[in-house]
Amino acid sequence: MSIAARLGAALVALVALAAGLSLIWLPHDVERLDIALRLLPPSPAHPLGTDHFGRDMLSMLMAGARTSIAVALVAVGIGLVLGVPLGLWAAANRGRWLDEVIMRGNDLIFAFPSLVIAILITAVFGPSAINAILAIGIFNIPVFARVARGGALPLWTLDYVAAARVAGKGRLLISVQHILPNIASLLIVQATIQFSLGILAEAALSYVGLGAQPPTASWGRMLADAQTMIYTEPQLAILPGLAIVGTVLGLNLLGDGLRDALDPRLRRAQL
Amino acid sequence: MARLILSRLVSMGLSLAVASVVIFVMLQAVPGDPAAFMLGLNAAPDTVAALRDELGLEGSFLARYGAWVGGMLTGDFGTSYTYRVPVSDLVAQRIGVSAPLAAYALALTILIAIPAGVLAASRRGQRADWGVMGATQLGIAIPNFWFAMLLVLVFAVQLRWVSAGGFPGWEDPLAAMGALTLPAIALALPQASILARVLRGALIETEGQDYIRTARAKGLSRRATMLRHALRNAAIPVLTILGLQFSFLLAGAIIIENVFFLPGLGRLIFQAITQRDLIVVQSVTMLLVFAVITVTFLVELAYTIADPRLRA
Repeated sequence: MSIAARLGAALVALVALAAGLSLIWLPHDVERLDIALRLLPPSPAHPLGTDHFGRDMLSMLMAGARTSIAVALVAVGIGLVLGVPLGLWAAANRGRWLDEVIMRGNDLIFAFPSLVIAILITAVFGPSAINAILAIGIFNIPVFARVARGGALPLWTLDYVAAARVAGKGRLLISVQHILPNIASLLIVQATIQFSLGILAEAALSYVGLGAQPPTASWGRMLADAQTMIYTEPQLAILPGLAIVGTVLGLNLLGDGLRDALDPRLRRAQL
Repeated sequence: MARLILSRLVSMGLSLAVASVVIFVMLQAVPGDPAAFMLGLNAAPDTVAALRDELGLEGSFLARYGAWVGGMLTGDFGTSYTYRVPVSDLVAQRIGVSAPLAAYALALTILIAIPAGVLAASRRGQRADWGVMGATQLGIAIPNFWFAMLLVLVFAVQLRWVSAGGFPGWEDPLAAMGALTLPAIALALPQASILARVLRGALIETEGQDYIRTARAKGLSRRATMLRHALRNAAIPVLTILGLQFSFLLAGAIIIENVFFLPGLGRLIFQAITQRDLIVVQSVTMLLVFAVITVTFLVELAYTIADPRLRA
């Protein structure tokens, strides 16, 4: 693995660890407001200081990591679970009306400005983490369908698939037993990319108040809260931003590294 | 050629039709009665009914959908529940901020990405390439609204070069451009990073091609081959990405307008959502989708014309 990919893996591991740890332990309670402790500078008790409500910044960032990861992970899951079967199905029925319908439907979702529709969904059904997940997840479906179809199509022309057909296996069985394992690496790389896009989308939605609602901590809302105090307390805006950048950067570097490791043919084109 | 354009036009029309149904159905699902909301708690039932009729809220689902789409097609976007003015007037006011902002950001994207991509590709594996690749990797990871806040912190708060937000209007074009500069930079950075990487990849891809080798064999320098031959052949992936980026710029502008308090379409949608001014949300969203689908169509058309191989 390249240095960049290792750096990426380390960043992702750090964020995942912080999020995992926050499930069982946080340095301070993030749902308790204590105005007496507001805007403290860094100290041993509060390594990154406190915010305008006296909440510990380190704890807020850890809890925010949990929200970001949970939202992006479930959104990627929606894309994988619904998109991959659609793509496999389309590839197995290449050129028929089914393939045509699935792919045109995909084009349609791509034609929508995704954030506009995400804003619409959360606006109509009310802002919440669940609706943010749905809004981001819907746009992952066509992405995974396209990747699965693109990866599966060339495989259908190969000898071992022809052999399986001769042996009497149906399209469904071939898709599951032979095609899916062979496109797994493509899907893993795409999942990493969609995961990082999901983190960015969640941050944007909660920044405009359409994501996770208080008291759930979220990086995007920490930024929104900090915006009015950017003149006097810039660190409140800088820390959550760095957390987002670090996570997204880590995932992108890891994704590039995985692609190179899983597909040696691409290595030359990369550098 | 004509058949190709026709078939693309048909599928564009189909996309728009489906989009309009999706948007309409979604906004029908919103709880609450806009007429009752506008008139307040003490309104008489028949006043509410009269207003519902005036706003086009009465009638069957299909009739209301037909009225909305028919209106959109003839330039009647409905009447805003809160401002009591035609939605088209609101759009006309706001588009004077959003369209220039998107265009400004697109121009910056191209101005940054093309030199950066060419530099990285021509110095492949060298320090300049590593620099560009590192910077663009970072540019992709930065949320544009956070980058916008950092720009405000540096250029408005610390250096006091520009104001932190608001829009002075187009009476003073220089001041207006000044107010749009930071938002445009914030929007352009992630898009320029993506485009520079695509361009670099496309340029490197051309390197092994015969026509490049021929040009080099004829004595053209690397720089000249890159600018004259490779760049032109890299235009197709670059155009494709630019078309997609327009959609991101539109969506990104919605958020960025809120960071800088710019009175554009994005702020209009947000205010309309909080005021439950659903007809504004509905019509403006449809307009944005229309813009994106049209641009995608034009880009496809442009590279079909640019590349004869795609006409088959």
